[in-house]
Amino acid sequence: MGELASIVSCGLYVPQWRLERTRIAQAMGWLGPAPAPGASGARAVCGWDEDALTMAVEAGRCCMAQAQGGAPAALSLASTTLPFADRSNATVVTEALDLPDSVRTSDHAGSLRAATTALAEAARCGADSSTLLIASDARLARPGSAAEMEYGDGAVALLITGGPPPEGCKPLATLRAVAHLSADFIDHYRMTGEPFDYALEERWVRDEGVAKLVPAAISRALVLAGLTAADIDHFAMPGLPGTARRLAQAAGLARARVSEGLREDCGDLGAAQPLLLLLVGFGQGVDALVLLAGEGAAARAQRELAQVLARRRLEPHYTRYLAHRGLLAPDFGRRAERDQRTAQSVAWRKHRELAAFIGGRCSACGAVQFPKSRVCVNPECRLADTQAEHRLAETSGRLRSFTEDWQAYTPHPPCVYGNIGLEAGGNLLMELTDVAPGELEVGAPVRFVFRIKDCDRQRAYRRYFWKATRG
Amino acid sequence: MSDGIRDKVAILGMGCSKFGERWNCGADDLMLEAFGEALIDAGVERDAIGAAWLGIFFDEQSTGKSSLPLAMTLRLQGIPVTRVENLCATGTEALRGAAYAIAAGVCDIALAMGVEKLKDTGYAGLPERTKGTFEDLYLPSSTAPGAFAQLASAYAARHGYTIEQLRRAMAHISRKSHDNGARNPKAHLRNRITEEQVLAAPMVAYPLGVLDCCGVSDGAACAILASPRMARALGRKDFVSLKALQLAASNGVEMGHQSWDGSSTLTTRIAAARAYREAGLEQPRQQIDLMEVHDCFSITELVLMEDLGFSDEGRAPHDVLEGRYDRDGAIPCQSDGGLKCFGHPIGATGLRMAYEIYLQLLGRAGERQLGSPAMGLTHNLGGIPNRNVASVAVLGLAT
Repeated sequence: MGELASIVSCGLYVPQWRLERTRIAQAMGWLGPAPAPGASGARAVCGWDEDALTMAVEAGRCCMAQAQGGAPAALSLASTTLPFADRSNATVVTEALDLPDSVRTSDHAGSLRAATTALAEAARCGADSSTLLIASDARLARPGSAAEMEYGDGAVALLITGGPPPEGCKPLATLRAVAHLSADFIDHYRMTGEPFDYALEERWVRDEGVAKLVPAAISRALVLAGLTAADIDHFAMPGLPGTARRLAQAAGLARARVSEGLREDCGDLGAAQPLLLLLVGFGQGVDALVLLAGEGAAARAQRELAQVLARRRLEPHYTRYLAHRGLLAPDFGRRAERDQRTAQSVAWRKHRELAAFIGGRCSACGAVQFPKSRVCVNPECRLADTQAEHRLAETSGRLRSFTEDWQAYTPHPPCVYGNIGLEAGGNLLMELTDVAPGELEVGAPVRFVFRIKDCDRQRAYRRYFWKATRG
Repeated sequence: MSDGIRDKVAILGMGCSKFGERWNCGADDLMLEAFGEALIDAGVERDAIGAAWLGIFFDEQSTGKSSLPLAMTLRLQGIPVTRVENLCATGTEALRGAAYAIAAGVCDIALAMGVEKLKDTGYAGLPERTKGTFEDLYLPSSTAPGAFAQLASAYAARHGYTIEQLRRAMAHISRKSHDNGARNPKAHLRNRITEEQVLAAPMVAYPLGVLDCCGVSDGAACAILASPRMARALGRKDFVSLKALQLAASNGVEMGHQSWDGSSTLTTRIAAARAYREAGLEQPRQQIDLMEVHDCFSITELVLMEDLGFSDEGRAPHDVLEGRYDRDGAIPCQSDGGLKCFGHPIGATGLRMAYEIYLQLLGRAGERQLGSPAMGLTHNLGGIPNRNVASVAVLGLAT
């Protein structure tokens, strides 16, 4: 059995904020007499300026930074919480990643197995084609629900090439088989436009759904791969704690090591969870993948995981988490009333600057500047029409001045902004994100991240731009 | 080669409304209050005015656009009236328009009026506004205190101060302006404060506390200008004339180029150098007797002492703490309380500064009179350190 596809690079993004489950229990425990089960560890939560789209961009950047070779032929974005119902979310990501406009973009939604299905499709694209597959989810949970405890926010990106790995490439894994089983079994659902999932009884889901459907799909996959259950070394499956272990037993995966994800650190990443675990997707059916791990892949993945998880900060305020998810509407003051209409004609005219964070570099004097302008900003130069595009997203800088503004409107006061000196030269006045009062100083290194800039509540629109954060 | 406006423009009369939260007054009431005083002071008829300039910044929050609010309020009879706007330096722009008309000899008597009605917005601080359709899509949602607060971190880093040391000097500045404001019956804030109160005040934008910030006020100020020849023809002997009036606008260097480190206002340095030349001042430190600068925030006043050349680089905190700019110091700064305490009705501010210098030079400043000064400076800054317009004017007794 040959390789259907190769996973040549991966990227993971988890927001820095962690909400401890004990904090949720403290806030919402009055709903029931018993202490909330499993109130240990912490779940990852988006900052106010993050969503499935911004996390997808960060995971994609991380994945592409480690990839060799050119741009992928396709970008597939899988999520159940895409911010736009009608506007290609994958195209927003493609522009932010500064990929060529020839990239085939597609959104995959509708089920938590959207990403595994998209992976199977990517594998079918043939040996010459590569796909950047990103799965990202930031699911809302009703306060006090089990979902609030279990869900986490995050994104995973995989660069996939069809067929065997390209010459000289050490893949993280190669795909040997993928089996599908579709069944309209409803473990949970969410109607279009509704904020929350409606979950069905866990025991029924476990016994009648997962325990029956998944082993069937595994068997199919093993047949396709020409393997037996005893050949499998690792098994992973999204779901509640214990689910994967019980399933491994049921499917006869006697010697498989079972992985259950990052519950203690992140929670269940929704549509991104199957890509994180990389074996089974479940949701109105099952996608079962059989993969052969690449040499040293586990160590590579562990290193990356450790790096991402090291960037963590506890969210001490349960009410702030609610406010950032739109589940509490505090009084943000009259400045929050400001009309945030976007002049779309301007946004389109300047989409290279705004989406891909592209500035200008003067071909005469070398001065880097943002925005790219017709006349060079260098007082010694000031030549017209000399600037070439210069992408700033992957560059870094240092803080030259800053403030923590308690008066300017932001959902996460204070609004922190400052002048940033780019390593490549040039100065930018930018908002900073993921920083706390008192921790900045002049000279501190910064890097850039793609975030929500403003929300236009009147027209239900969200706009994005780049912000600086600690380097 | 132009020789500038030195001694080509005389001030016939000036007026200034009381500044403050004038809940019962509109922009029209404020303009009439200032204009009434100026007209009596000038001793001319309203119809002697040949052209007028109106400075107002937040038109969308009060009067609406154009020059019509001035023409209609004063019922000016068909004369040319121009509305100008250049951020917080708007008041000086109105003065500059009228002064240029006089200097050019195209009219005999001209009026410069600045007004702002800020307290109809429904909240404290300055109203929210767009920065531009493109700029709104990438610039931070900043406020004035936040934009200026950054001067502190950059200045401290450049000159090796701690923020605490800097805040001490900033507190001295605020305390001094409150002392001065207490002597000024037209000032918005007339209470005295201690430096400890400044340091303990709630944070607005780090490291600026609420007592590091100027008042948000309603008010109007105006000047009636004429040529020195006309002034003498009207029987004036001692009058104040403009020695210099310069303006420098940012061209984007501060926003985009690494040559600016965020610790100063570049435009002030350019405008000041040009103004000293225009006024023929070779030793401004010795020749300027008092000044009114754009102290929108305590840190602004501090860095301006260096930008205007009154303190050596890195020495402003020492000079401030030694009282060099107190009312009994070498060069008193903000003898009327400044933006900090007289208040900051934006369109009026530049003219309010000129009003104080005018009163002091003529010995009419009452309880706050500073001996007999002969030369004063105004510095009016519009915008934020990252991009702004700075105007520097020198006023002196006519020779």
